[in-house]
Amino acid sequence: MAIVFIPAQLQDLTDGLDQVELDASSLREVIARLEERFPGTKDRLCDDDELSPALQVSVNHVMTRRLRAEVGPDSEVHFLPSIGGG
Amino acid sequence: MSNVIVQPSSTNPKKYNVIGTRPVRHDGADKVTGKAIYAADFALPNMAHGAYIRSPHAHARILSIDTSEAEKMPGVLAVATSADLPDPWDKTEELGEGCINYAHLSGNVLARKKALYRGHAVAAVAATDIHIAQEAAKWIKVEYEVLPPVTWVLDAMKEDAPLLHENLITQTLGEKSTKPSNIGQHIHFEQGDVEQGFAEADIVIEREYRTETVHQGYIEPHASVALWNEDGRLKVWTATQGSFTVRQQLAELLKIPVSKITVVPCEIGGGFGGKIAVYEPPVAAVLSRKCGRPVKITMRRDEVFEGTGPTPGSFMRVKMGATKEGRLTAGKAWLAYDAGAFPGGVIGPGCMCVFSCYDIPNAMVDGYDVVLNKPKTQAYRAPGSTHVALATETIIDEIAGELGIDPIDLRLQNAAKEGTRRVDGPTYPRIGLVETLQAIKESEHWNSPLEGPNRGRGVACGFWFNAGLKSSAAANVNDDGTVTLVEGSPDIGGTRTSLAMQLAETLGIAAEDVNPQVVDTDSVGFTDVTGGSRVTFATGLAAHEAALDIRGQMIERVAEMWECKPEDIQVEGGVYRYDDHSLTFKELAVELSKTGEAIVGRAAVNPQGATNAFSANIVDVEVDTETGKVKILRFTIAQDAGKAIHPSYVEGQMQGGSVQGIGWALNEEYFYDDRGELKNASFLDYRMPTSYDLPMIETIIVEVPNPDHPFGVRGVGEVSIVPPPAAIANAIYRATGIRMRNLPISPPRLWKAIAERNGQ
Repeated sequence: MAIVFIPAQLQDLTDGLDQVELDASSLREVIARLEERFPGTKDRLCDDDELSPALQVSVNHVMTRRLRAEVGPDSEVHFLPSIGGG
Repeated sequence: MSNVIVQPSSTNPKKYNVIGTRPVRHDGADKVTGKAIYAADFALPNMAHGAYIRSPHAHARILSIDTSEAEKMPGVLAVATSADLPDPWDKTEELGEGCINYAHLSGNVLARKKALYRGHAVAAVAATDIHIAQEAAKWIKVEYEVLPPVTWVLDAMKEDAPLLHENLITQTLGEKSTKPSNIGQHIHFEQGDVEQGFAEADIVIEREYRTETVHQGYIEPHASVALWNEDGRLKVWTATQGSFTVRQQLAELLKIPVSKITVVPCEIGGGFGGKIAVYEPPVAAVLSRKCGRPVKITMRRDEVFEGTGPTPGSFMRVKMGATKEGRLTAGKAWLAYDAGAFPGGVIGPGCMCVFSCYDIPNAMVDGYDVVLNKPKTQAYRAPGSTHVALATETIIDEIAGELGIDPIDLRLQNAAKEGTRRVDGPTYPRIGLVETLQAIKESEHWNSPLEGPNRGRGVACGFWFNAGLKSSAAANVNDDGTVTLVEGSPDIGGTRTSLAMQLAETLGIAAEDVNPQVVDTDSVGFTDVTGGSRVTFATGLAAHEAALDIRGQMIERVAEMWECKPEDIQVEGGVYRYDDHSLTFKELAVELSKTGEAIVGRAAVNPQGATNAFSANIVDVEVDTETGKVKILRFTIAQDAGKAIHPSYVEGQMQGGSVQGIGWALNEEYFYDDRGELKNASFLDYRMPTSYDLPMIETIIVEVPNPDHPFGVRGVGEVSIVPPPAAIANAIYRATGIRMRNLPISPPRLWKAIAERNGQ
């Protein structure tokens, strides 16, 4: 099961839970599972069917914005601000 | 000692033939003889010239714009206002180096209902020559309703602050408030139990800091030539860090398909993050469409300062706790960064970087993105990280002093390592901070005495993520055994040579036998910006994979020639062997056109990992207590580069970022009067360091290879700017006994602090 860290600012939807274990094979499935368990999550993380442009996701310390990015059974998932360099 | 490379023995350093050498850069001759073509050098037949009229007010409603008098002037060919840009989509897109909101971008390119900063572009004129254009611009009549401005971030956050945007509401991870505000975003991170962490500490230090707006200070101003042809195709030659992002921005702002746009990146005279968002390309394009001629716009220096993105000013409150043994137990940060006139500044990375050098089990960060009446901020080399490093690294220095622990040892004791979890959540892979700190601890600089009155030595370290993102490359084998490498990363630091070297190493040929070309958006696959310290890493990976593709095809070809199986061919050092046959790469290349089709290698990559860069400084200063002037006596930077492909250019990036950090620390700031007018929009009054001001910056390249790259490359372009202000502040403390917590530590400010300390 992947471990999904819930950002502090989303914990109002998860009753204070800061991490959950989910059965998911992609980031899209992670968000779908979060939405099933904590309704309202998807709207906060996504714009329509894509990850919010203000966000990026770390899956096992690899940054991605692809919702089809693979998530494995021991993956660690973090939702982070999108950043740009100079 | 000047420049040193340290390869920790634990890293099993590899030996290479090309990588790690110092060939002459491929663009060197053009650059030093003045033959390199920059955007402002570029000209087309029948070309017109464009000039802007900009708002004289920091905050004003635009009631009307009358261009009729300007249009009547002989020589005037076209005039453009925001009415000539399509209505923008309120759409935010991640363009590979942070987000851009197109409505805000359009409003920044040419002001719509409001002028939001002094220097905000309101209209533009194209004329037969630049002087007519500039004169005609003065005849554009703009009626303003002047509004009160706000130029300090804490003032902009107040309930009764003048509102810049009536529809801007504070976003908190997708949750939106209902009340309009100047706060565009609130970010919050938590890890562990910060109150418990402070309760466990034997020493707790909390301090406040203020930094002023600074500009990237690239010597080349923004410039573009646009040709919008009758067939509907638009071609733009421009100074940019990213030709594909310019193409995308033009497509969105002008609402034309990307297939109708070609962007040609000219040589670029510095960017540092400030040449990613567009300013003049869409304006030049609209003028070209209206007058039917190519149009060139080159900004003046005052326009660059007033009208293009600096990096933000900030207010920070940071608190840290440690045990008496020096173990950090807790950290808390409250950060407000100004975003300039439109939301979407660099508060996010600031929040992520504030405690990033340390293993702190309990931490909390709150960050605010605040709009105010200044130019829209842009990235400036490791954007957001330099600010927070000032706070964290000076508090660490205070803790070290209070506990009687060596400042480097305290950092080593708490340094982030593989597996350390940052306050924003992810854990680090293999990183090189410990090795970097060890390198400065063992350096000749740190172990040499510093004597004399009013002299002090300071240290600091810093972090930046670096990016991966998308890159493409193609490479053609020529008949003479050379290879032309076609890539789309504008070269702002010697990258075309580092890419050539990576391809050469893979093929077993000399770097001089590779001809790297930075090409336009029609000539190479999609490539993200030159920024985020990504090019040597990601486009280098593309060059390496294109070389592997070539090698595979060469093996196939020579196997045909020798009538054997490809798997029987041995390749080593660029020599292809089978049985008693052997051919060098060059000898084989000569045979290609006789034996079959051309050999072209190609690659498109999208490496997802961040390469994680750390750097550390030692600085010796001498303070003139009568004037407050700080002299840098000696400056050393150590930085983990993974693997220095071309050590001279890695050293150059380290030195350049250090110098920018020194300027940020000691002199550079935007001076605003109470009407929100910038008073120092020139290099005379915006004081950047020159070679007269500084000693040679000594470099220590630490090589802890990045496991996610075939040659171990980590990005190097940005992190060097992060620690200098903190290191200098720490050195000034040791020289004077005074802690300076606001930047810049300019002579008047330091003199005043010294006078106050002396009771004067």
